[in-house]
Amino acid sequence: MASIAVIDYGMGNLRSVAKALEHVAGSAKVEVTSSAERIMQADRIVFPGQGAARDCMAELQRLGLDKVVKEVVRSKPFLGICMGLQVLLDTSEENDGVQGLGVFSGPVRRFPPGMRDAQTGDVLKIPHMGWNQVHQATAHPLWQGIAQDSRFYFVHSYYVDPADTTQIAATAQYGVGFVCAMARRNVFAVQFHPEKSHQAGLALLANFVGWDGNV
Amino acid sequence: MSLAKRIIPCLDVDRGRVVKGVKFVGIRDAGDPIEIAKRYNEQGADELVFLDITASSDQRDTMVYVVEQVAAQVFIPLTVGGGIRSVADIRRMLNAGADKVAINTAAIQNPELVKEAAARFGSQCIVLAIDAKRVTSEGAPPRWEVFTHGGRKGTGIDVVQWAKQMSGQEGAGEILLTSMDRDGTRDGFDLALTRAVSEAVSVPVIASGGVGNLGHLADGVTLGKADAVLAASIFHFCEYSVAQAKHYMAQKGIEVR
Repeated sequence: MASIAVIDYGMGNLRSVAKALEHVAGSAKVEVTSSAERIMQADRIVFPGQGAARDCMAELQRLGLDKVVKEVVRSKPFLGICMGLQVLLDTSEENDGVQGLGVFSGPVRRFPPGMRDAQTGDVLKIPHMGWNQVHQATAHPLWQGIAQDSRFYFVHSYYVDPADTTQIAATAQYGVGFVCAMARRNVFAVQFHPEKSHQAGLALLANFVGWDGNV
Repeated sequence: MSLAKRIIPCLDVDRGRVVKGVKFVGIRDAGDPIEIAKRYNEQGADELVFLDITASSDQRDTMVYVVEQVAAQVFIPLTVGGGIRSVADIRRMLNAGADKVAINTAAIQNPELVKEAAARFGSQCIVLAIDAKRVTSEGAPPRWEVFTHGGRKGTGIDVVQWAKQMSGQEGAGEILLTSMDRDGTRDGFDLALTRAVSEAVSVPVIASGGVGNLGHLADGVTLGKADAVLAASIFHFCEYSVAQAKHYMAQKGIEVR
């Protein structure tokens, strides 16, 4: 039976992710786990996360899961969500500078203060919280059946700024244009929360459950 | 192309049932929370807020069960408030499937709880709930005071100061602002209050209290500068659907999902 490991490193609420995956997974088994062995054995990997970058990296290292993530991104279908995208980059501006896993090149930046809405002139709030449009930058199996510029649910104060623009899978607008999805071979990672994005989000998760990791 | 303003139906839950009082009297039964949550989700609600108004703490398990059931079937953000006193309470609700937890009275009694919870779970899942009452007379420059215990106890704390002090990177990531003067009246939001708080803080503000028609929802955004608008009774008794509310707001030039 196919299995999906949701990596548990103590950061944030994994129940939502697991429930949404179970909803679309059919016969596949969804397991929330911090066991390196279980993760290495799984057919596909979901890497969620919430909270501060420094705490996330510290917990990954303490549990020895930093090495596990670096290993599984080589071959297995892999979906990073929110902080599970950000820690894949080299560095983050959060907490006065945090070293990431370096799976993707480039920094994670904070939204600048005082950004204004182009139409109303109102100051834009941080965190960027709510439903925003996701502009697909490339064709990808995970976008299958999802309309261009569909809205997904976001909640974050930092965004990724990849060095290699060929890895950009989607962008969004919030004061600045920013990258909200990245893709490279078997790895796909998103800033928004598909598990909280109703039909579009469930469609993306269903696509991931059926994805063989090829583009 | 930008961020949509959110419409958030609120479900007041008493011993496992959705209820709605008018000025805290004549509480009317509005149905089963799980069925109602599913209905709002299908209508296009952007998030849901559940407020546990159960008086006795031994009935709290009922709310955990409700949250578990909803979270397994409804895949939009869920906020849970009411009776949240400790980090353990917050963890329990998050584990049940809540995405955010609203803290009201406990934040007044122990402001450190908000900081501690934000550090532990991330500020994005900590909502500061404020019950505000206007304390200045008609004509004077308005000022609002934080009230607790369902609007019965004054604290002497200024609402705008409190909102600024308790939100941001190390505090609450969102504010749920309820006007106790307007709650249940159907006269519309206290727009001056909403605007004063929204312009003073860096985090999103949810306007609450007083919605009686769709125009009130739009006013909350355009005049009150709210990032999200919350309503209960206009949705519960099927006067309007969430879809109708969105259609109306879109006609007013407000970006909605």
